[in-house]
Amino acid sequence: MKLEDCKLGGTHLKSSDFEKCKVLTTEWTPNLGYAWDNGVAIGRYLAELKEGKIIARICHECHRIMLPPRMFCELCFRPTDEWTYVEDTGVVNTFSIARVNWDASRRGPKEPPLIPAVIEIDGATKGMGILHMLGEIGPDDVKIGMKVRAVWKKPEDRTGAITDILYFKPVRAAASKKAAAGRKR
Amino acid sequence: MGMRKVAIVGAGITKFVRRAQETGKELSWQASKMALDSCGITLDDVDMVTLGTAPDAFDGVHMKGEYLADGAGAHRKPYMRHYVGGGTGVFSPIHGWMHVASGMADICLVVAEEKMSSCHPHPQGAFLTIFDHTTEQPLKPTLIWIFALEMNRYMQTYGISKADIARVSVKNKHNALDHPSAQVAEEITVEDVLASETLCWPVNRLDISPASDGAAAVVLASERVARRLTDKPIWIDGVGMSIDSAYWATRDLSYPRYVETAARMAYDMAGIKEPAKEIHIAEPYDPFDYKELHHMEGLMLCPRGEAARLTAEGYTARDGNLPICPSGGALGVGNPIAATGLMKVIEIFLQLRGEAGKRQVPGKPTCGLAQAWGDLMQMGTVIVLRS
Amino acid sequence: MVKRVAIVGIGTTGFRPITPDVSYRELIFEAARKAYTDAGIEPSEVDGFIAAAEDFIEGYSICDEYCPDQIGAVLKPTHTIAGDFIQALAAGYMMIMTGAFKTVTVESHSKASNIKNVDEVLGFAFDPVYNRPLRETPHAIAGLEMTRYMFETCTSSEQCAKVVVKNKGNAMRNPYAAFGADISEKDVMNSEPISLPLHRLDIAPHADGAVVAVLADGDTALALTDAPIWIEGLGWCTDTPTLEMRDWGEAAYARIAAEMAYKMAGIADPVGMIDFAEICDEYSFKELQHMEALKLCRPGEAAHLLESGATSFTGRLPINVSGGALGVGHLFEASGAHKILELVEQLRGHAGARQIPDVNIGLAQVWRGVPTATGAVAILSNM
Repeated sequence: MKLEDCKLGGTHLKSSDFEKCKVLTTEWTPNLGYAWDNGVAIGRYLAELKEGKIIARICHECHRIMLPPRMFCELCFRPTDEWTYVEDTGVVNTFSIARVNWDASRRGPKEPPLIPAVIEIDGATKGMGILHMLGEIGPDDVKIGMKVRAVWKKPEDRTGAITDILYFKPVRAAASKKAAAGRKR
Repeated sequence: MGMRKVAIVGAGITKFVRRAQETGKELSWQASKMALDSCGITLDDVDMVTLGTAPDAFDGVHMKGEYLADGAGAHRKPYMRHYVGGGTGVFSPIHGWMHVASGMADICLVVAEEKMSSCHPHPQGAFLTIFDHTTEQPLKPTLIWIFALEMNRYMQTYGISKADIARVSVKNKHNALDHPSAQVAEEITVEDVLASETLCWPVNRLDISPASDGAAAVVLASERVARRLTDKPIWIDGVGMSIDSAYWATRDLSYPRYVETAARMAYDMAGIKEPAKEIHIAEPYDPFDYKELHHMEGLMLCPRGEAARLTAEGYTARDGNLPICPSGGALGVGNPIAATGLMKVIEIFLQLRGEAGKRQVPGKPTCGLAQAWGDLMQMGTVIVLRS
Repeated sequence: MVKRVAIVGIGTTGFRPITPDVSYRELIFEAARKAYTDAGIEPSEVDGFIAAAEDFIEGYSICDEYCPDQIGAVLKPTHTIAGDFIQALAAGYMMIMTGAFKTVTVESHSKASNIKNVDEVLGFAFDPVYNRPLRETPHAIAGLEMTRYMFETCTSSEQCAKVVVKNKGNAMRNPYAAFGADISEKDVMNSEPISLPLHRLDIAPHADGAVVAVLADGDTALALTDAPIWIEGLGWCTDTPTLEMRDWGEAAYARIAAEMAYKMAGIADPVGMIDFAEICDEYSFKELQHMEALKLCRPGEAAHLLESGATSFTGRLPINVSGGALGVGHLFEASGAHKILELVEQLRGHAGARQIPDVNIGLAQVWRGVPTATGAVAILSNM
């Protein structure tokens, strides 16, 4: 068989076909709602975020300090062992300069681009990153490997959500040294 | 190992289009009918049916496998729907292989469908809900972010430029000019890619495959039946799949180790020791241009960080040493996700039979590979075919 | 060549109306950890993994991406079946029969309590063009089927209510069950009319819970355990998705799936061979309709068999001794998982207060619910 010799299905419609009502469509907006149980690990994670702290879980078998926290170690397949606070600082593993919103709509000309990043949190095992946003920095100044610190919502505005951290902002070199000195557990 | 041999004996595919007049059921039917006709059988000859499609949010139907069942030829048959995110299309014939290699079926119809245009205003909206509902969705992420994050990390790790990567898009869109199903085939230049709209730096518009509607199907048969149905069965000699942890932000984004794990499984089964030499032609998944390079490395078709250089040297062109995505790939033919994976398998099937027409690669290849990838940058599926 | 496949380990959390204390990950981990301990192997030694799940039940797109961590499948061959656990079990069976996998884990769970509007989700499964604009509720579709079934078989609503009484009563003996109750036929008939002839108590309420099973080929199974539970027969079938074309009285999907499973198991006389059955009773009448489709009685006889006590806990063909979906709770894709769990416990002799004496062959059957016409059958034995 050769595809070139076959009559293939799939009829392309143009925007004008809809505008001229050449084809009819049926619309439906589903009204779906979910209320997910956070459970033990993420429940505590969110409660600590409300207090302005980031908490992780330790597995005594592989010795990983895991973020987001989890009640079982997916590699050792056993319950994790204890809670530990980690820093609210970290290192940018990678980032993007996003001019597109979640629904593929474009950000307006006056809206600054969003800067999502994977941030490896200090105090967690190397490579343990979370998705969050960068702020107080221009798109041209972001670098992989740069030190950043969480900017928290005001305590009274926090709800126990990942968005209790507004974004992460760059740490200046001097401040970064100070943070490292104060991190002895 | 004494495993039952399984062959692909027939194939069908629709055009890939941005918005099809046909429903998902009708697209599935068109591809299925063509596949059955191509090997001269009817639905009565089919023992079992398996369908790959995901996610339901595209078609806008809960349990869309049930909805698509009659289009896929499943009426009153043993029928299952499987999915592994974007890796689904290449997993589909692997699932069919399980049906036949297990002895449960002699003929299994494998269908892959995606109708993304039903999701309004844009199928990207459906991707918000692939992220963790508590720790990620509140940040309003898009799927393009995580590709951009991965691409940036890959570029940084190996010192690869955007222009190096853009060559993949140029090559695949060019290759697709010869594919009758192609949606976005065109002659473009690296400059065109770099000058196209920046969506999420480093990702530009022409770095990305389009949203598409389409379906594809193959017929799998046991050895005895295959030899009766065709003179040119194409054998499924190796299958592999692997899923990494859902904690994607913890992953080394510069290298797809889950693709390597899946490839090793498939190579072991096919007895392949040196993939770069023994594989003559490959269709790795290319929803974004850098992914083709990433996947060539994960498949061990070249050393890590070398895929961009090989592409620049023409090594991966249709007349190169190792043709990569001679079909035109997702970047050129289009990307109705599950159907794209199966389109790639069909391309290898046709190439190994010498029936790829203008797309035919020189040198009579006898061993080819298709690969797909999906979920939160965590799933690899690999199939090795031989003539 | 692999000749047989067995279940060598199984674990569950049990089933509750709500589980606010744990996330879905933590819920599944508990069942998985128990299954591996039961099987005497670690997930690192398991060759393949399968989850059974549907996106809109989970509230995720491509929810398969979240399946690996809590079943120990990181960097392992894993896939998801958008279907019932028994279909996933069949996929696991096929994986092992290829000869390329010695052991396979199969997982399914329900966090139904996390869905705020289940009817809206189920309505989203209807044909978007033909059926959705009519705004029929899922229960109304079941009501249509019940009416036609009762008409064709001369069965009454009161007889269907007796299924509820039996199953909720059975559930009182089952520590896993969420909805055991000592009720009467009158309680069912007097409960709120939902979509007549269906009353509130004719409909299985939803429950949360997880089940994980470990399968192995014959040689591996015998090395792991003295009491493997063998998979003797499997069948699965999808009838037309088009409501307008459907056979409303007969459950053809169950009949065809059963024929396939009986053929595979070499069972010519189901009534004589099957010791007990766990069959889908998501709606009361479904138990009766399915009994007939499974050839456990002739068409129109199911209600009489029920009234004779033959399908009770102490009868000659106990049906849904676990309490069924009416007593345990409806579990979406894990519905079949709960039935397989019950078969394994009974065939191992571990069913405690609800143990049926001297059982060797059990049958589990499941239907995927409105608006599907898809079902699956599994036959297990301890011999």
